[in-house]
Amino acid sequence: MQKVLFKRLFSKLWRDPVWRGVLFQTGLILAIVLVGYQIIQNTLHNLETRGISTGFGFLSESAGFGIIQSLIEYDESFSFGRTFVVGLLNTLLVSSFGVVLATLLGFLIGVASLSSNWLLTRLADAYVECFRNIPLLLQIFFWYFAVLGVLPSPRESLAWGDWLFLNVRGVYIPKPELAGETSVFYGSFLFAFLVIASLVWAGRQYRRQTGRTLPWIKSLFLLGIVAIPLVAGWVSGVRLGWELPVQGRFNLSGGLTLIPELVALFLALSIYTAAFIAEVVRAGIQSVSKGQREAAAALGLREGRILKLVVVPQAMRVIIPPMTNQYLNLIKNSSLATAIGYPDLVSVFAGTTLNQTGQAIEVIAMTMAVYLLISLTVSLFMNAYNRYMAMVER
Amino acid sequence: MAVTCLLGVLAGNATSANAASTLEAVKEKGFLTCGVNTGLPGFSSPDEKGHWTGMDVDVCRAVAAATLGNAEKVRFIPLTAKERFTALQSGEIDLLSRNTTWTLTRDATLGLNFAGVAYYDGQGFMVKKSLGVSSAKELSGAAVCIQSGTTTELNLADYFRMGGMKYDPVVFDTSDAVAKGFDAGRCDVMTSDQSQLYALRLRLSRPAEAIVLPEIISKEPLGPLVRQGDDQWFNIVKWSLSAMINAEELGLSSANIDSKKMSKDPAIKRFLGMDGTKGSGMDLSDDWAWQIVRQVGNYGEVFDRNVGMASPLKIERGLNSLWSNGGIMYAPPFR
Repeated sequence: MQKVLFKRLFSKLWRDPVWRGVLFQTGLILAIVLVGYQIIQNTLHNLETRGISTGFGFLSESAGFGIIQSLIEYDESFSFGRTFVVGLLNTLLVSSFGVVLATLLGFLIGVASLSSNWLLTRLADAYVECFRNIPLLLQIFFWYFAVLGVLPSPRESLAWGDWLFLNVRGVYIPKPELAGETSVFYGSFLFAFLVIASLVWAGRQYRRQTGRTLPWIKSLFLLGIVAIPLVAGWVSGVRLGWELPVQGRFNLSGGLTLIPELVALFLALSIYTAAFIAEVVRAGIQSVSKGQREAAAALGLREGRILKLVVVPQAMRVIIPPMTNQYLNLIKNSSLATAIGYPDLVSVFAGTTLNQTGQAIEVIAMTMAVYLLISLTVSLFMNAYNRYMAMVER
Repeated sequence: MAVTCLLGVLAGNATSANAASTLEAVKEKGFLTCGVNTGLPGFSSPDEKGHWTGMDVDVCRAVAAATLGNAEKVRFIPLTAKERFTALQSGEIDLLSRNTTWTLTRDATLGLNFAGVAYYDGQGFMVKKSLGVSSAKELSGAAVCIQSGTTTELNLADYFRMGGMKYDPVVFDTSDAVAKGFDAGRCDVMTSDQSQLYALRLRLSRPAEAIVLPEIISKEPLGPLVRQGDDQWFNIVKWSLSAMINAEELGLSSANIDSKKMSKDPAIKRFLGMDGTKGSGMDLSDDWAWQIVRQVGNYGEVFDRNVGMASPLKIERGLNSLWSNGGIMYAPPFR
């Protein structure tokens, strides 16, 4: 009797999709945890039997090797943990510059490919077809070896007065130097930012209430961001000086140096990704129905304003998700840096540090975790932006 | 590459890669997998026909001759400096013979063992003559081309720091790229083990315009490595190297070894496996050392034809002469 009852109950539960779902999902989670545990145990066991040191203690040991470009203070006496940060910042530097240029270039070319000007359209198409079909690595090599590699030696630099030099070792520009009470100067930047933010807010309120825009407001922004720090600096006695690059025995020294590895990687990444972004933008604009354009034209709007106020805002909803992918690709592709020796995360940390310490598993795990984190952050921001841009249904 | 090796460590079963013995695994496969440099004339580089030559390569061949009786049964795996240790740790190669410096860290924390020194080297600097530099002490402010993940990279940093000098490190993955960077003027100085500098000079567009500075800033004993935990295999590699050195000392060469079979000299008889311990302790055939010398040659022959006077590199024997000849090349006796 009891058995039959149990059987009935079981078959009833079995047919219930909710219960069945719970059952399978618990099973799957258990399986994943078990496999994961097995992998970790096995790895630790393997490492131990082979006499390989494990753990993250190496991060505090002194690195002992130099890095050509670092955004924070670094020399050979700093730790392996520091090389990680130096590499990470270098990756972020080239990626963020790359994202900005790729977006600008991509938008321009995307819009140009839909222009009514025959030549402009053909040029935009040629750009897209050309750059998206050549492997990125080749493009990096092209910029590095074929374009930057043929520049003159440091002793015969191309010079622009005594403040801009160009040679095979990079671009040398003066470095701005502030002297005096710099905190006042930086504080005034913050102040200027607050002033402008409130101006923007006030301008928006005004537009909402009256339907008119204030034509002078834009010039006010510019004035604010330039004038406030200038005045503050002048009053507090902060002076701006320039450290000029000077010819040393071997190289130019002093000033700021853009190393050719950075320039080559930056150009290749942005030019390559811009081709894809251009296609995304073109598709986005084409997705906006022709009627919208015609309706806007019927209201008397000019071509530029139609694009800015009617077409692009609607196209953005289609553009943002694939654009996020392009940004992520660009960031991940920056790891090709290692091919030309730009000191990015992969080259400095997953390369040199890994080899000097031999801690392959820890180093690779950290590197992968960082890329994952960067990618997730970017996609979080882009998704938030996407929600903000999404059509608000009324 | 590094990542595939890593997967090997992650997923590979401890017992399979550490297999009861590497020797058995090699015999079963029928060939030896040997990690070598991606291309360094004199040490390991493939010729036009894809045949690998060089000193490091010959060490691999010696081990193959000892274990399989055939020096040609080697599969060469070209590795960059960055890839080499992971490849050995993960069991992708049986032996790493790739101008690798014997250091404490590498011996003690990587799970690897150095099986001896095949070449005594030291780090040097190469500059273009036009720079007008005659000593490494004048190099402050120079851009230096260097291979990433090497002891060279660390010595360089130490040397410049100790001398209170500055430098810009321009770091490349392969020695070939280092030479290319130096050639293109990306850096003023190329630094590496001296033997490598001579080898890389052959790759420059105008080799005659480059000079090696007199300073040697480090000790770089280069030798083959094996995984820890397989003492038998460790012994085989160690003694294959010793066999080459001992052969030179005993006056045995690939040219005369067959005629020496009748020799009455007890040392030679022990070497040829006709007397004494023979190969049994290492599970090798009795004539293992004879196979090495007959097929690969003694240490002196290997040195001469790859990097010495019979090669384009023309490096002096120097430290690498036998101990009996004023050098420090010394191997334990066959007894």
